[in-house]
Amino acid sequence: MSDLSSAFGTAASLILHLDADLLEIVLLSLQISLLATLFAALIGMPLGAALALYRFPGRGFIVAMLNAFMGLPPVVVGLVVYLLLSRSGPLGPLGLLFTPTAMVIAQFMLAAPIIAALTQQTVADLNEEYDEQLRSLGAGPLRAMRTLLWDGRFSLLTAVLAGFGRVSAEVGAVLIVGGNINHVTRVMTTTIALETSKGNLALALALGLILIGLSITLTFTAQSIRDTAYRHYH
Amino acid sequence: MTQPTATIIELDSGKAAPEQEQTCKSPVLPLVISELCYEANQQRLLKYVSCTLTAGNSTIILGPNGAGKSLLLRICQGLIAPASGNISWSGLNPVQARPYVAMVFQKPVLLRRSTAANIDYALAARGVPRKQRRERVTEALELTNLNHLARRSARVLSGGEQQRLAIARAWVTQPEVLLMDEPTSKLDPGASYAVEQLISAIRKQGTKVIMTTHDMGQAQRLGDEVLFLNRGRLLEQTPAKIFFERPQSKQAAAFISGELLY
Repeated sequence: MSDLSSAFGTAASLILHLDADLLEIVLLSLQISLLATLFAALIGMPLGAALALYRFPGRGFIVAMLNAFMGLPPVVVGLVVYLLLSRSGPLGPLGLLFTPTAMVIAQFMLAAPIIAALTQQTVADLNEEYDEQLRSLGAGPLRAMRTLLWDGRFSLLTAVLAGFGRVSAEVGAVLIVGGNINHVTRVMTTTIALETSKGNLALALALGLILIGLSITLTFTAQSIRDTAYRHYH
Repeated sequence: MTQPTATIIELDSGKAAPEQEQTCKSPVLPLVISELCYEANQQRLLKYVSCTLTAGNSTIILGPNGAGKSLLLRICQGLIAPASGNISWSGLNPVQARPYVAMVFQKPVLLRRSTAANIDYALAARGVPRKQRRERVTEALELTNLNHLARRSARVLSGGEQQRLAIARAWVTQPEVLLMDEPTSKLDPGASYAVEQLISAIRKQGTKVIMTTHDMGQAQRLGDEVLFLNRGRLLEQTPAKIFFERPQSKQAAAFISGELLY
């Protein structure tokens, strides 16, 4: 019990004094997860909207796969990206393995299906209401897609948050493709796993608290933006 | 199979067209509907509807619930495809005619943006250059008396304001024909009056109005001719004055006298 309270004390001190190592890890984690989520949103949203609006052979299969990929095990994604980026893999010559870029790629693969699948559902629901009105106004398929994405923006924020939540909390994929190299690819989740196994509970706990704090802050901010905007635009 | 035909009475024997209406040739009128059928869930909801609608007057489509009034408008706008039959907007099919034909829905979907942006959207969707859009949006806001709500979110407007906005959004594209599906059915008398005034103003500018309604008084106030539909069949196409004074079918007579048609 005293170990735990001393760990809490040290953790609080690390956070309050903005420990340089701690800050580096937190910033790198945020940078990687936010970039991965951004790319996942840029690809996943149009993909999800297109799947909601266009009918083509194999569409049902793709939607089913996207839904299945929402629960992809991060270690498996890490393994696949590792195989792609490893020296003997097809993308080996790029030399990306054990770099933050590799971690962004792995997290992108985890977030994109979540954002695409949730977007598909949101846009399909909205299109039920909008379809005839938009066609009547003369909107073509691309304009209709843009309109539905824009008008569904409050619900889609939740999709993006779900994607970010998924990648910011995962450890398996970034550990495999990043290698948890100090000052290079060490992020919050991999550090927590490492420090816990080394018995350095204080740093692990400090990072754990920050991770939870960041997650809560981000979710509350996004929710309040969404609620305010929704009240304004209904 | 012999199909029943609607009683057609020439328009010139009825109410005269409003004096201020324009007489320029329309690219999409006359609208010729031939032997139109529509089916859903193995039920035939429109049965061999044939009629010709010309420029220069307003047409009211009357009939009880389930008569097929809204379906007919949606088919004319190319939003749903008929099972058989033909629609010709002066040689154009409904999708080709869409740039000239606007529609106001019973429950219009307003986009999650401001009142002015909703109107602007209709112009942008028709490819009107940005420079011209602002002036036309202002004009539409003035016509519908929505200037003071230009920046307000469309979704928080009252029912009457929303319907006026839907009309503004349809009118701003300067359509030859305005299809309206029960535009006042959900409005209180005050809001209905404002919408009727607006429709009258639009008619006077020369736009052909084709409108469905349940409101007999409204049909008399706004209609030059009446199409009477009952259970998917067109029973009458008659000048409004004659329709209300001497309906040709017993179903229309019953409908006018307030009897329940089933």
